[in-house]
Parts: sequence; C-alpha cells; structure tokens
Amino acid sequence: MLDIDKLSVHYGGIHALQGISLGVPKGKIVTLIGANGAGKSTTLKAIIGLVKPSTGNISFDGNSTKSLRTKDLVESGLVLAPEGRRIFPNLSVEENLSLGAFARKDKAEIARDRNKVHELFPRLEERKKQRAGTLSGGEQQMLAVGRALMAKPRLLMLDEPSLGLAPLIVKMIFGIIQTINREGVTVLLVEQNAKAALEIADYAYVLETGRISLAGSGPELLADDKVRKAYLGES
Amino acid sequence: MDLATFFQQLANAVSLGSLYALIAIGYTMVYGILRLINFAHGDVFMIGSYLAFYAISATAMPWWAAFPVALCLTAALGMGLERIAYRPLRDSPKISVMISAIGASFLLENVGIVVFGGRPKSFPSIALFDTVVKLGSVSVLSVSLFIPAITALSLLFLEYIVHNTKTGLAMRAVSTDLDAARLMAVDVNRVISFTFGLGSLLAGLGGIMWTMRYPQLNPLMGIMPGLKCFIAAVIGGIGNIQGAVLGGFLLGFLEIMIVALLPELTGYRDAFAFVLLILVLLVKPSGLLGKKQTVKV
Repeated sequence: MLDIDKLSVHYGGIHALQGISLGVPKGKIVTLIGANGAGKSTTLKAIIGLVKPSTGNISFDGNSTKSLRTKDLVESGLVLAPEGRRIFPNLSVEENLSLGAFARKDKAEIARDRNKVHELFPRLEERKKQRAGTLSGGEQQMLAVGRALMAKPRLLMLDEPSLGLAPLIVKMIFGIIQTINREGVTVLLVEQNAKAALEIADYAYVLETGRISLAGSGPELLADDKVRKAYLGES
Repeated sequence: MDLATFFQQLANAVSLGSLYALIAIGYTMVYGILRLINFAHGDVFMIGSYLAFYAISATAMPWWAAFPVALCLTAALGMGLERIAYRPLRDSPKISVMISAIGASFLLENVGIVVFGGRPKSFPSIALFDTVVKLGSVSVLSVSLFIPAITALSLLFLEYIVHNTKTGLAMRAVSTDLDAARLMAVDVNRVISFTFGLGSLLAGLGGIMWTMRYPQLNPLMGIMPGLKCFIAAVIGGIGNIQGAVLGGFLLGFLEIMIVALLPELTGYRDAFAFVLLILVLLVKPSGLLGKKQTVKV
C-alpha cells in the first residue's frame, strides 16, 4: 500500500535518512523502531510531505507522492498523528476533532465517525467543550488519535503514541490501535517503546542512524538477540 | 474643560479610537497567523483611500457603489502583496520577510507618488457623512457617529467569521501550529491569503472613513496611522484581536484627551503613542491582553 524506495533526507548538512526502503502492506500493522535521532519521525514527515526528500521515491497505492501536497495525501487517506501530539491547545476538544475532518464534506459520515471516536474514547465526549490544552497527557494522546481517525484514514501513521504516558494508558492506546487495524485501517507505527510495538506488529523495521539495520516479523525481532540487547533492555 | 467640550472630545476620541482599532486588527491578524509584522499595512490603508477617491471622482458611481468596489480592490491588493512579497519567503528566515515587508511599504508609497501624484487631493464631500449633528450642546460631524457604528459591525462580523465558520476554525488552527494544520488537510496558503484579504479590507474601510473625517489624501498618509496602529496592536498584545481593539481605543483616547487637557502639548501628539508603547513594553512586554509565549519543546 505504501512503498518507500531508497529514501534520503538532508537537513542542512545532516544526512538524516540514508537511502531507506520499506513497505507497508494493506491491512497490516508495520512498526519502525529505533533510538532517539535515528530518523523515525523524519521518515514519517517525508512520507506526508512535511519535509522534502533529497532522493528516493515514495508511493502510496502505487502512485508516486512526489507532486502531491500534504493536503492531497491526507484527503486520499494517508494520515499522520504526529510526534508530540500537536493538538491545538487553545481550541476545544470538539473543534480539534472537527479539524481532523476538515477536508471532508460528507456530513452524515463525519457525525458517524465522531460517534465512533467517542465510543473508542468516552473521555473525549465527556470533555468535548473543554480546551484541549487542559487535558491530561493521556487524554491529549487519545485526542490526537481520535483527530487522526476523523480524517477517515486508510493508512494511519502514528509517531510515538506512547511518549510520556503511564503503562496502563500505553496498553489502552495500543489496544485501540489493534481495534482500528481490525476494522480495516492499515497502520504504520513509529515507536521507541520497542516491546509494546513489536508485540502488536505484523512486520517491523529497525532504524539506526538513518539506515534500516534489521527487518522481520514482530515475533522474530522480539526473539532477536541484537534487538533484545539494544532495545528491550535485556542482557 | 467644561462638560460640553469634554463630550465633544469624547466623541472625537471614540471615532479616532475606532479607526485605529480597525487598522490595528489587520496587523494583529497577520501576525497571529504568520508571526510577521506587515509593514505595508499602513500603505494598504493609503491605497484603499485613493481607490475610494478615484472610484467616486473618476467614475459616475454613487458612493454606496464606489466604496464596496474600492474595498474589494483593497482586499485584492493585500492578497496580491502576500502572494508576491511574502509567500515566496515563507521558509526563509524571519528577517528576510521583514525586509521584504519594509520594501513593499516603500514600493507602495513611491508607486503612490508616481501614480496619484505627490500633491494632496481632497476627498469629495458626501452629504450623509458630512452634515453636522447636534446632540444637546455637542455638535459632531455625522461621520464621527458612523465610524464607531461601522467599527462595531466589522468587529461582530470578524468575530463571527473567526469563531463560527470553518475558515475561522482553520485560521485559528494555522495561527497555533502551521504544520499541524497542514496535517489536518487545511489549505494553509488559502487561509493565509484569506487573512490578508480580510485585514486589508478592514484597512480599506478604515482608510475610507479616515479620509471622510480628515478629507485630505496624500501618498504618505499611511505612514503615521500605520505606525500608530502597529503600536496599538503591540500594546494590546499582538496576535490578539480584542487586544488590538483595546490598544486602538486606548491610543485614540490618549491622543485626543492629552491634547484637550494640555493644549501646549499639541505639537507632541504623535509622540504619545511611542511613550505609551515604551511604558507598556517595560511593564508587560506581551501586551495588555497578550499571553506569555510558551516555548514549544
């Protein structure tokens, strides 16, 4: 569904991504794990058009995304819940969700999706009039995911949804990612929390300083010695 | 100062304050969205006045047809300015955009001198706005009553757009986090263009009312009001629409009342704005209604 071929990104003099290739098949959960600064967020930003790749090709549904704007990509179903949540703190929870559905015109379906988001995250319904900046970290993450769902994603990209959250909330968010996936949404999950990510992933890539160093199915990587040492904190 | 004079000056202060408020809003809206001081805003105000002047005197249009035409052209000018002078520099350092804004300002002033001529022109009198109205012992020009009313209507209209329309929601989103707004499939360029159009429209409206009150046009007439309204926006807390309105009224009152109370200071009236600016910046750098900038991590 999403194919990345030899993607390179430079920031000034820094070679952030050094020709990475990866694929996300339809209906699967694929995860990209790696340490801080490995280039995980850059990969997602390049996919969604927020940073310009220097070389390489990205295609979504078989079509190159090169000439497309972020707006066009989002409208075609490629949606990113960005790192650090990036909710609009001065807007209400409700308005944040409306912005998720900004480009859509199908009023009835938007209302249905809003109900669905409220079912997944009852907290958001309780707090819909509240300014988003007053929510707790976990609630803000729920809002970021809910907002992304309002865009009716076919491929949902999540950038570190577990960042700064209590283990129980992480478990809940990851459970919801699986639910969303079962309902037919393909997922590309970027995580530092390698264990949680590998447990739910069909396929995983390990990113190290701008290069893919390892790839395999979730269980394979969970069992891999190198991964266990470097990312799961085992000796 | 007797009571009659006081009310007279109060009426003057309200109408000057309203004009400042209208123009200050344009600065604050553009700053809110792009973190850019649009130094050419005062010159857009000037061009708006000239457009209204020519629409009336060069065509056979009655004022109520000529003014809307002039306003639309002024809005188009603001949008064109953004397209040509600011959009190409969107990813450049802030200082480049600021220099471009100063350049645009000089350009408009000098094009004004070439096209409109340096000699002042007088705005034609329109009976509806140019009659003296007596309210008890106070007599004011009818335009001084129209100005606050039109300003109030514009503010309501603006408030409605920002808080009750989809475009307004997009404007608020873009002003908080441009990239996050992009991720919501907001057409950021369209929103920015719309903001410039709206701000310029208000500047044009201010320009028209200004020249009916002070019926002399010259190509440099936008500089002082432009500077003062920029100050009004900063005093109120730049980026905040209510703040701009507050700052505009504050400046208008201060200017009129100080001169009324201490006539010997008349020569310094343009300096009050700057003194107030310095005082406010010393005490509350974020402006009266401004929020402290939080640094994003």
